[in-house]
Amino acid sequence: MNSITRPSILALLSISLFLALWYALAIYLDTLTLPTPLVVAKVLLDEIKNGQLPYHLSKTLYRLLISFGIAMLLGCAIGIALGRYKQLDYFFDNWLIIFLNIPALVTIILCYVWFGLVESAAILAVVINKLPNVIVTIREGTRALESELLDMAKCYRFSKTKTLRHVIWPQLHPFVMAATRSGLALIWKIVLVVEMLGRSNGMGYQLHLFFQLFDVASILAYTIAFVTLIQAIELLILKPLDSKAQRWRR
Amino acid sequence: MNQLAINIHDKFYLNSTDNTRKQVIKNLELTLKNNEFVCLVGPSGCGKTTLLNILAKLDTQFTGTIELQPKHIEPRVGYIFQNPRLLPWRTVRENIQLATGAKTDVLDFFLDSMGLADEKDSYPQHLSLGMSRRVSIIRAFATDPDLLLMDEPFVSLDPPTARLARQLLMDLWSKRPHKVLFVTHDLREAITLADRLIFLSTSPMSVISEVAATIPRKERHLEMKIEKFRQQLFIDYPQIAELL
Repeated sequence: MNSITRPSILALLSISLFLALWYALAIYLDTLTLPTPLVVAKVLLDEIKNGQLPYHLSKTLYRLLISFGIAMLLGCAIGIALGRYKQLDYFFDNWLIIFLNIPALVTIILCYVWFGLVESAAILAVVINKLPNVIVTIREGTRALESELLDMAKCYRFSKTKTLRHVIWPQLHPFVMAATRSGLALIWKIVLVVEMLGRSNGMGYQLHLFFQLFDVASILAYTIAFVTLIQAIELLILKPLDSKAQRWRR
Repeated sequence: MNQLAINIHDKFYLNSTDNTRKQVIKNLELTLKNNEFVCLVGPSGCGKTTLLNILAKLDTQFTGTIELQPKHIEPRVGYIFQNPRLLPWRTVRENIQLATGAKTDVLDFFLDSMGLADEKDSYPQHLSLGMSRRVSIIRAFATDPDLLLMDEPFVSLDPPTARLARQLLMDLWSKRPHKVLFVTHDLREAITLADRLIFLSTSPMSVISEVAATIPRKERHLEMKIEKFRQQLFIDYPQIAELL
């Protein structure tokens, strides 16, 4: 392969081009509302050094993980149940449609109004937003389970846990990964709104503060930190999980 | 000594679009003696697989009884499906061990005798169809079953591979005899393998006639003997010729 077309080189080139365009535009416009990459990098380093950014980022990450974990566990359990039992599915399908279509902002406001401006209300709001998506994805996966393999397991007297672990779970894995990816993308956006509306720390709270000060450099610095973190989760956790589970494929 | 008495009065499927019943099995009576190898021969689509699914307790929607006599215990069932039905995300060894709990030395013995010693850590998608079939045969044998159900396990294998697989099957069976119900629509295959042939009608399925395969086991590899038995069968039981 030609060295210039290698994926890593291409990625480097494309990011350099992005930064160059940004830099050129910032110089050309010469305005406070679009700082150059250098200014943003300096703010980013300062914020990391004074501990502000790690503190707020970890708060947000903590909320993200807790609500993500709850939503995935509940979603998988409910999704499997709805996928396996038709009657249950017919009954709860309407609920699912209602919850899928409630705007995120409405759930967040209602949670704060009903339960107060507390941590658990914030997490509940995120979970409620994410849960219907997980349920729908896992339900599809459960419906697509191969009855041939389930019959095999039944015939050879697999126990319930054995069937779940060796027959059902590997078939659901791609659906769980899809729910995880779309889930992370959705949750981190909602978490910021939740924090902006009713918390006194976290990325959302900070961004709200910078917005009131019109401090664009800080907003961009925090954004870069956050995007980097989410990418790291994808590269260091999700990708390896994927390839480990796929090794049986031809 | 025990025997399995099968008695299915009625088995039907409901057609969900127009709510009609389609009867697949009607008054089927069949008794399997201890360690007997029985071949079920019938036209395709006559309901043989349905019968095996009932015996394996995968299908419980029928009227009739299935009884192990004289003692009323649950027979341990091994089922070799038409497709191998291996778990693609588990290796050959894991597939067999999950289903049977067989110890490693038993497992190695089976894999060796089936010519799969080098493939024990392979995933099923890396195996040929013939190999996957052999793994599913081992899986069924390693459960040490009271009743072994086989649903056209050698169909779509090339003739030499099929012959080899049949030979291995007979080897394993003579080492650990048990009741076998072998479904096929290949009369030659049935004559080669069975103690007794049972001919089944088109649906609704019932028994047309039963014939003991009288060729001594030692002479079953002789194509001529098999062919002669087959010709005689058509003369003695003309109604069979219409089925096949």
